Amino acid sequence: MDSDDDFNSSQMSDEDIMGDQDSDVSVEDGLPPAQSMDQDDVGFESQDKDIMPSKHAFDVDFTVYSPQQIQAYQDKQIEDVSSILGQPPEATAILLRHLRWNKERLIDQYMEKTEDILESAGLGETAQTHPPRLEKVAGFVCDICCEDDANQDTFAMKCEHRFCVDCYKQYLSTKIKDEGEAARIRCPGDGCNRVVDSKSLDLLVGEDIKDRYQVLLTRTYVDDKENLRWCPAPNCIYALQCGVKDKDLLQIVPTVHCECGHDFCFGCSLNDHQPAPCALVKKWLKKCEDDSETANWISANTKECPKCNSTIEKNGGCNHMTCRKCRNEFCWMCMGVWSEHGTSWYNCNRFEEKSGTEARDAQAKSRQSLERYLHYYNRYANHEQSAKLDKDIYLKTEKKMTALQTTTGMSWIEVQFLDAASQALQQCRQTLKWTYAFAYYLARNNATEIFEDNQKDLEMAVENLSEMFEKPIDQLQGLKVEMLDKTAYCTKRRIILLDDTAENLKSGNWEFNVSLS
Amino acid sequence: MSTGAKKRIMKEYGECMADTPPGMKINFDEQNMTEWEVLMDGPDGSSYAGGHFKLKITFPNEYPFKPPVVSFKTKIYHPNVSNDDKGSMCLGLLRPDEWKPPNKVVAVLRLIHNLLVEPNPDDSIEPSIANEYKENRKEFDKNAKDWVKRYAK
Ligand SMILES: [Zn+2]
Ligand SMILES: [Zn+2]
Ligand SMILES: [Zn+2]
Ligand SMILES: [Zn+2]
Ligand SMILES: [Zn+2]
Ligand SMILES: [Zn+2]
Repeated sequence: MDSDDDFNSSQMSDEDIMGDQDSDVSVEDGLPPAQSMDQDDVGFESQDKDIMPSKHAFDVDFTVYSPQQIQAYQDKQIEDVSSILGQPPEATAILLRHLRWNKERLIDQYMEKTEDILESAGLGETAQTHPPRLEKVAGFVCDICCEDDANQDTFAMKCEHRFCVDCYKQYLSTKIKDEGEAARIRCPGDGCNRVVDSKSLDLLVGEDIKDRYQVLLTRTYVDDKENLRWCPAPNCIYALQCGVKDKDLLQIVPTVHCECGHDFCFGCSLNDHQPAPCALVKKWLKKCEDDSETANWISANTKECPKCNSTIEKNGGCNHMTCRKCRNEFCWMCMGVWSEHGTSWYNCNRFEEKSGTEARDAQAKSRQSLERYLHYYNRYANHEQSAKLDKDIYLKTEKKMTALQTTTGMSWIEVQFLDAASQALQQCRQTLKWTYAFAYYLARNNATEIFEDNQKDLEMAVENLSEMFEKPIDQLQGLKVEMLDKTAYCTKRRIILLDDTAENLKSGNWEFNVSLS
Repeated sequence: MSTGAKKRIMKEYGECMADTPPGMKINFDEQNMTEWEVLMDGPDGSSYAGGHFKLKITFPNEYPFKPPVVSFKTKIYHPNVSNDDKGSMCLGLLRPDEWKPPNKVVAVLRLIHNLLVEPNPDDSIEPSIANEYKENRKEFDKNAKDWVKRYAK
């Protein structure tokens, strides 16, 4: 993963994780430090992100945080605000979550109209008095389970929506375990918006659900902050901070690199898709999904419905077609509306009718645009496929190399060049793949020629390196130097391409044939 | 399903019988009490008048902590009913984040009845039908009535 280091930026963005610059929280962290932890002190104080140059035009500044760090920041913030408002931490936490962790807004609103904000956060009246407790109530019937045993424990918050303790528990655990809710669980009472506070929760649920609740609360903290995002890799525990805002996404493709090794886009959380901006990626994926039966399209047995353009397959000999999607009835031969056909059921002699000519022209046009799409799609899909094949070959090679190590006495270190080559291939193919989606939407201007050259050069470099994996295993050791060279060259071509596309994107030099907004 | 939940469904059935919304009939099978069949007449004066619709109400295992699931077995041209073989509805009370455990099936039945009288195009499952309902009521009425004739007689 050596090549990765080039792309890892250790600079902090201008906002720290809490939004206050002078924070000096020290964090007890049982985990190995995240990659830029040692830069934290610098980062929290530095306010001059724009002065710090990135290594490449396509790099963005970001920081990786562990859940423990996030939890600690969250607790610290609750504590600070709690002492300002004079509210206990539980209530403060609810208030902060209610205002999506906007501390300044909370303090302002609290000072201005305390009762209103307490009410709207579901805390009503004085949140401090009477701690929550279970009660037995004579004549009580639970409105959820219909149980009327006078000995059963019941619970209600201040709103007095009372239920038996079993139902209350069941309700909370369904919300927390099944629906993943935490910060804004409402009272089970019909129409009641009061939020269940953590003290009530503590009284009602067991340890396992409490743990889950805490995890979810930390989740919502990150979800509520525009500059924080969870790494989307399965089971990854880290969150990343990046200063790129939604409105910046037309000028920048913010790929970030998690501690777990996953590269993803901070803008949309999808896998790294440089050089294509998020908006294009979204359009492209949608298009690929809509056209998933691409192969069928081209076959002679399909045509597009002249009304809604969905694909229709001809089965059997009848020319009377009915579009499955829009129910449009038309003639297979002439593409004209079926109702114009009268009774000529088996033979179409209306080839020159106007509705038919127009439909056929439209068909030809749509075929043309389809072929253009397929040109790019095939290359896009090919790199996706090849990345998988490269990986398979590499895994096989690695196995053989391990065997070879024992017979030839080569050390583990000596076979690492294969690993580096494989990583570079994966990364370059990922980039190449997206260059084709990018190119599909690119309108020709004087910047496109350089882009196409760069694309071609990277593609050639990648195929040359990829070929080497097909060499017989016993030759590989002798090809080490050549392989190292080719790996370095691939990486270099990728940087050149990404630098060029990123710079032009930033300065608005690309023209697209679709609207990105 | 817990005995508590079964007890509650039984009780709700009793309540529904005592206070059935207009034009509805419930087929309840004690052997399979988590699936109710509801026969419903299109409300008078609505686009669905004269139609007879069959619905299924399914109680999930977690009932009443999760809402019952409603599906139209009879095809219906409606912005809030999915135009597929499921005929599902997902709005208001029927959404997991809106449903509260004290809510009752009878309220769901009323919701369905009201939606046939007055569809809710702002929370639609079929955007094109919702659009037509808003922009071209005449065409909508025609289609809805057409479907009643075709599927709900
Ligand atoms: Zn109960
Ligand atoms: Zn309440
Ligand atoms: Zn990760
Ligand atoms: Zn993105
Ligand atoms: Zn069609
Ligand atoms: Zn014809």
